[in-house]
Amino acid sequence: MNSVPKKLQYSKTHEWVRKDDDILTVGITDHAQTMLGDLVYVELPEPESSLESGQECAVVESVKAAADIYSPVSGEVIEINEALFETPQLINDDPYGKGWLFRVRPYENDSPHLLNSEQYSKQVASEAH
Amino acid sequence: MSELIFELSHKGRCATSQIPRRSAAKITIPAHLLRQDEPRLPEVSELQVVRHFTKLSRANFSIDTQFYPLGSCTMKYNPRGVHHLAMLDGFLNHHPLSLPVNSQGYLACAYELQEILKAMTGMQGVSLTPMAGAQGEFAGVAMIRAYHRARNDAARTEILVPDAAHGTNPATAAQCGYTVREIPTDKDGNVDIESLRAAVGPQTAGIMLTNPSTLGVFEQKIEEIATIVHTAGGLLYYDGANLNAILGKVRPGDMGFDVMHINLHKTFATPHGGGGPGGGPVAVSERLVPFMPMPIVGKKDGFYDWLTEKEYPQTIGRLSAFMGNAGIILRAYMYARLLGKEGMERVAEFATLNANYLLARLKAAGFTPAYANRRASHEFIITLKTEAKELHITALDVAKRLLDYDFHSPTMYFPLLVPECLLIEPTETETKEVLDAFADALIQILHEAKTQPELVRTAPHTLPVKRLDEVKAARELDLVYREK
Amino acid sequence: MPFIPHSVNDIKQMLATIDVANIEQLFDEIPVHLRVKNLPAIPESLTEMELGRLMRARAHLDSELLCFIGAGAYEHHIPAAVWSITSRGEFMTAYTPYQAEASQGTLQLLYEYQTMMASLMALDISNASMYDGATALAEAILMAVRLNRKNKSNRILLPRAVHPFYQDVVRTIVSQQGIEIIEVPYDKTTGCVSLETLDEMTKEDITALVIPQPNFFGVLEEVDALTDWAHSKHALAIAVVNPLAMALLKAPGQWGKSGADIACGEGQPLGVPLASGGPYYGFLCCKKELVRQLPGRVVGRTVDSEGKQGFVLTMQAREQHIRRAKATSNICTNQGLLVTASTIYMSLMGPKGLRQVALVSHQNAQLLQEKLATISGIEFVFQMPNFHEWVIRLPKSVDVVLRELAKLKVQAGFSLRQVYPELGECLLVCATETKTAEDIEKFVTLLTSVLSLASHSNDKTEKKSNVRTYL
Repeated sequence: MNSVPKKLQYSKTHEWVRKDDDILTVGITDHAQTMLGDLVYVELPEPESSLESGQECAVVESVKAAADIYSPVSGEVIEINEALFETPQLINDDPYGKGWLFRVRPYENDSPHLLNSEQYSKQVASEAH
Repeated sequence: MSELIFELSHKGRCATSQIPRRSAAKITIPAHLLRQDEPRLPEVSELQVVRHFTKLSRANFSIDTQFYPLGSCTMKYNPRGVHHLAMLDGFLNHHPLSLPVNSQGYLACAYELQEILKAMTGMQGVSLTPMAGAQGEFAGVAMIRAYHRARNDAARTEILVPDAAHGTNPATAAQCGYTVREIPTDKDGNVDIESLRAAVGPQTAGIMLTNPSTLGVFEQKIEEIATIVHTAGGLLYYDGANLNAILGKVRPGDMGFDVMHINLHKTFATPHGGGGPGGGPVAVSERLVPFMPMPIVGKKDGFYDWLTEKEYPQTIGRLSAFMGNAGIILRAYMYARLLGKEGMERVAEFATLNANYLLARLKAAGFTPAYANRRASHEFIITLKTEAKELHITALDVAKRLLDYDFHSPTMYFPLLVPECLLIEPTETETKEVLDAFADALIQILHEAKTQPELVRTAPHTLPVKRLDEVKAARELDLVYREK
Repeated sequence: MPFIPHSVNDIKQMLATIDVANIEQLFDEIPVHLRVKNLPAIPESLTEMELGRLMRARAHLDSELLCFIGAGAYEHHIPAAVWSITSRGEFMTAYTPYQAEASQGTLQLLYEYQTMMASLMALDISNASMYDGATALAEAILMAVRLNRKNKSNRILLPRAVHPFYQDVVRTIVSQQGIEIIEVPYDKTTGCVSLETLDEMTKEDITALVIPQPNFFGVLEEVDALTDWAHSKHALAIAVVNPLAMALLKAPGQWGKSGADIACGEGQPLGVPLASGGPYYGFLCCKKELVRQLPGRVVGRTVDSEGKQGFVLTMQAREQHIRRAKATSNICTNQGLLVTASTIYMSLMGPKGLRQVALVSHQNAQLLQEKLATISGIEFVFQMPNFHEWVIRLPKSVDVVLRELAKLKVQAGFSLRQVYPELGECLLVCATETKTAEDIEKFVTLLTSVLSLASHSNDKTEKKSNVRTYL
């Protein structure tokens, strides 16, 4: 069973989001990395670029699949995880830690519609059928 | 595997008799435009070259050496005589820009192929120039776009594609500047009519369909689909990938399609060449004739000539520097002449007989067909979903183990809709004995999966290499050889 | 039944296993009224012997022509070994190497090809080939646009001295995607792209400059200056070159201060026969930092589960069968068989042999130029260093002259009348290493006599006589 930490929030498209003050950190869930398999390549948004909620802003690739990553909020990219360019494996090894993708500062008035860990686990379970 | 040719290289060695004699004529290239270093080509003898590449060839599976039941790829026999005749000097040394007066031999073949393809597809115009199926698709969608534009109908921005379609369909639509809307498939493998009805509108430029679909079944409501799309003002594109299934039985033109491509390397048995060249002529209904890609071969008073922008001012343009894969067009023409009318009518019959026979044998042995209540076309799908769950054996494992039995594997994991699937297309040129041996091998592998699962999971065991590390290949890209 | 092996007994047994009465029943899901009754317009079948007779007669119609046409397809000697190995069924009748373990021959060959082609272009990476030179250029332009996402303008500078059919193909393919192609005129005296023209033309951002070498007129461009100019404008430099010439001329990766970024072109001169225009193959190479936007198939070296060297298709996640509407290109074939021929050709020639072919082609073209210069009324349009082609202006109608010579089985060159009408009665002529001094002498003699006879008035009677010959 893949882990779904309680302290994080989730999107329906398998991103996780962590809130630290007004900054959101985004990554892909343990379930998502398991489904994709060993990742070999990552494309991340440009630092300082502006994202809209639901915009495709990153890509992760394994040898057999590629998945688009959607931004959970509208905001400005303030940091990306450059270590992934050299070592995309970090996402497989530590999806909620060293495998984070990017950090974004939401614009005012934009609060993401996200799931809690319980809701996300339910969604994953229902997709399996 | 063999050494790389670069590892055989010795400074100063060469294939002397291949090198042209020096000339005394002057050299007029300024020094700053000349190359100072040597490119990294091997320095080897002619025998070394012949031996190296002959050895490499023996590390391949091919139609000439193995049964190759790749679904949707139509790996039928490529007649040797056709290749031999295409290599006649008059064809081989003929320049693409020779005047028509010096090109009547080739042009006659191309012209007659255009006529044969029109008759066979029930269409009104054919352009042979697209160099592969994907380029034919591009030409087809570009013609749809040109057609709407010529009528000043700029609102059509969407192409409909069934979710079971080949990946090239959505990729092509996107390349032509369209947004793609997927239409779901119903439980019997047909396009979901209600979803289609809901999806069409003034924004619909067209729909791209394969029939029989990639699920290996005939789209029974094709006329209803045509009516729905035409009524909405859209056009119908026929993906010719599965044309072998209906050759001589049903014509896309009669089903209501406006444009299609024909994969010469599938239906017309031109060699696949280890991944090309292909041939993807397009055939169109009356209303798309003005937009066909150039050039086309015309005939007037018994004289064959090129037709270009002059005759077709609304053409979508050129798709290749010259006239597409002329040598493939020539081969397809010869194949069509060898088959003739009666042979062509038999293709779909025996492709379908072989597929249904193989399916019946596998069903009897306990394999699960993906669409059990449907008739197979020229290909069919079995799903190993149950085996994967119970025996922890995947479609990939079975495919790899088949290689040990000296059979190429079927297409696997396509279409994406069916889990753990194998898409099997035997073609009409295989004997019953081969089909039986293939069925026996699959049955034996299923038995192994129960008794020695590790043997299956780690297959292949008898090939030049074992399972290859694709993750390493993608992470540590090593795409050119460098001396250590 | 051609190529269908079933005996009556086989059919009977197979139908029994399927549990149907006849083959017809297998088509019972197809609506009856849609069924074709017969195909009257398709001719009766031929035996191989009959087909052979027909095809030999047709091949003969197009045979024994002395060829001085180049214009993007070149006659070169092809060693017998090239096609005798390429025609082996194991290469010719194999599918795309998706099952890597069963395709190591093709895969290793493609890896060797990538190494040779990248080195010939003096660049880091090559893909495993595209359809032809023209589509390779279109794909190179699309690649440049993807690499330059920040630049919203998508302006490409495409010289008018690039092969005119390539320009057409580029427009057909990229016009669907909001890319602006700006034609760069050639200098009337040199036939080249000039820096002054470029400076005048580009007041706004550009994405890439296409640099031909040699250009369509056979003229050598000042590639160093053009490459540096492109880079000074933060644009990519796309080289479109004759690969054979790159054994002799400075290669794209060596142009200017930092080299062209992408190189593409037509692979035909390397062991692929003229064959009425195809199949040929396009090559596409780039610097390593651009590799992720490189379209088409790419082969990588890896190891198997026991650590042994092997080869696989890699970076497949960019391709249409996975990315569907988001793929870098809709292409799903390369031109594997032609690459097989080219790889064998390059191996046989080696670095010195390939250079020698290029050099002798150049020298023969100089010899041809010297001889043509002795014919009165012939004018050399661009007095510039060339590779192996020349533009000459004739004192008579170029199309009439070409037709007259064609009757004598001499193909004098490619008429520029339609594609460059501004040049007048011009002809593009080519000589390669295949031409002997006698061939050149014969050409010059016949051209001289046709020029002294030909006149515009006999234009119409000519056409009629063609008709008579081929009715």
